[in-house]
Amino acid sequence: MTKPKLATCSLAGCFGCHMSLLDIDERIVELVDLVDLDKSPFDDKKEFDGPVDIGLVEGGCANEHNVHVLKQFRQHCRILVSVGACAITGGIPAMRNMVGLRECLEEAYLRGPTVEDGGLIPNDEDLPLLLDRVYPSHEIVKIDYFLPGCPPSADAIWAALKALLSGEAPNLPYPLLKYE
Amino acid sequence: MNVQSSSPSRKIVIDPVTRVEGHGKVTIRLNEAGEVEEARFHVVEFRGFERFIRGRMYWEVPVIIQRLCGICPVSHHLAAAKAMDRVIGVDKLTPTADKVRRLMHYGQLLQSNALHIFHLASPDLLFGFDAPPEQRNIIEVLNRFPEIGKWAIFIRKFGQEVIKATGGRKIHPTSAIPGGVNQNLSIEHRDDLRKDVDQIIGWCCAALAHHMTFVDANQALHRDFASYRSNYVSLVAPDGAMELYDGRLRALGPDGETIFDQVDPVDYREHFIEEVRPWTYLKFPHIRSLGRDNGWYRVGPLAQVNCCNSIDTPLAEAARKEFVARNGGSPVHATLAYHWARLICLVHCAEKIKEFLFDDDLQGTDLVLRGERRGEGIACIEAPRGTLIHHYTVDDNDQVASANLIVSTTNNNEAMNRAVKQVAMNDLSGREITEGLLNHIEVAIRAFDPCLSCATHALGQMPLIVTLEDADGGTIATRVKQ
Repeated sequence: MTKPKLATCSLAGCFGCHMSLLDIDERIVELVDLVDLDKSPFDDKKEFDGPVDIGLVEGGCANEHNVHVLKQFRQHCRILVSVGACAITGGIPAMRNMVGLRECLEEAYLRGPTVEDGGLIPNDEDLPLLLDRVYPSHEIVKIDYFLPGCPPSADAIWAALKALLSGEAPNLPYPLLKYE
Repeated sequence: MNVQSSSPSRKIVIDPVTRVEGHGKVTIRLNEAGEVEEARFHVVEFRGFERFIRGRMYWEVPVIIQRLCGICPVSHHLAAAKAMDRVIGVDKLTPTADKVRRLMHYGQLLQSNALHIFHLASPDLLFGFDAPPEQRNIIEVLNRFPEIGKWAIFIRKFGQEVIKATGGRKIHPTSAIPGGVNQNLSIEHRDDLRKDVDQIIGWCCAALAHHMTFVDANQALHRDFASYRSNYVSLVAPDGAMELYDGRLRALGPDGETIFDQVDPVDYREHFIEEVRPWTYLKFPHIRSLGRDNGWYRVGPLAQVNCCNSIDTPLAEAARKEFVARNGGSPVHATLAYHWARLICLVHCAEKIKEFLFDDDLQGTDLVLRGERRGEGIACIEAPRGTLIHHYTVDDNDQVASANLIVSTTNNNEAMNRAVKQVAMNDLSGREITEGLLNHIEVAIRAFDPCLSCATHALGQMPLIVTLEDADGGTIATRVKQ
């Protein structure tokens, strides 16, 4: 019997949700028994080659590449889960929405106290276009479940995964959802 | 893998590069003879922390700014807290506060170095750079090398438990506050950690010994792969010993000559300046007195071990002496030696953790100090990936007025670009490009353990794209690595 497939990505996040997934510690062995890891930063599978059962999305969308990856995930994943504050609300990176993109670029690349010769704002065609704002994932694609926290605890991620793998909607008790 | 080709020139794209933290991209330009002419490592994400942190209250900064990075949040949490200590006029913490923070930092260094060496880098070293891509991951390591898989899980777990016991949470902890900490190490947590610490030290030493079998079996590869002479920068103690939480800056040249030493991080602007280039969000820091061409340097475990005169824990010091002796006493320039140095640091951190678990100061109750308010705070720490500098000014309303961050991976920017270029020229020029060869570029980047979400103050994602372009900048072949 083939195992369900799990894919993960980190968009405009800090990778902390992926670290929290690793915090399931020795349960990783059980996870590997339950699922096959598909496209993920933890392996070298760079593109989808078929449908995936569960996709975990960390981070919101701050540039066109994030949008591209998120749409790919929606296209290939039967169940898509927004994991953590950045995927759900834009999180800390969305603080730039209050300020404006140009201001942020100028502060970092023109005005910094160690910037040499007045600096410049990177603008090469090899850099993906930045979005005007940082967007939560559900404003770009349909999201099936939301797992809050910064990051959600390993126990919360584990409980949600176990429920989804048993074909149930995750219904996590409050202690696993509260934002401490 | 997706290859589009229109002779005679080529553009190769690897998208994404995996098993590094953050979103990067490599472009490689070929001349008409098919030789590598230029290779660039681009960091393609941007966040803007320097600007949007302005206006926040200074005491919020240690918990906001650590959201730069979920792998090494403690480094940013502590660097910001240290900077804010200065802002509230505290130059020396209480012994309990100082040691709780140090213990948290060693927990962070232990888990992050373990994550890198085991989860991210070990598949290349265990299975070979050219192994099939479906094998190059931690799950295959768990299947085929269960002992190493055990080290991966439990060493990292122990580091995370140390962070939780000292910082309140495993990821994005909350205990470091301006002037000290808001908790000590409880006796219950201490006793739990004491039970495991000897086992952890043993496993760290076993991992180092195991890595030496790779070094010994692959001497030429280890010495020559992506290898080049460079300067090195790290913090050191007043006596020159390894110092990862505090201390002063030392810069050494390629033959071990001193460029500067015992520099107070407060004076970082006198010694470092950053060039901005249009094709990457990552700046290029260099040592002012040496200029752009000669002033670039490497940071991280290789620099931490190269720069120090000694390590104050016995097992790591013995390993450092062997590292130095095997390489003739001058700085080690082999890029793959980053892994060896990282394992020496891993052993050191485990030993330091044990030291603090048997130090009663950790249970003290004198946690916070206050002094005379200042308008500026600058602090430096050795993060897992190397020297990290935070600099803030705070106005009279207690709001942040400016922020400047030079993070570890930014310090390695020129060095990573050189490694990519060297591997491209040695391994790709004039050859049929295979998936395995493209992984060589990723192996070189991985040696630095780059944390690109830190570095851009931007967003974390693993992908890295390699493009090859012809002499006119046109795309001839595109290779999407998958």
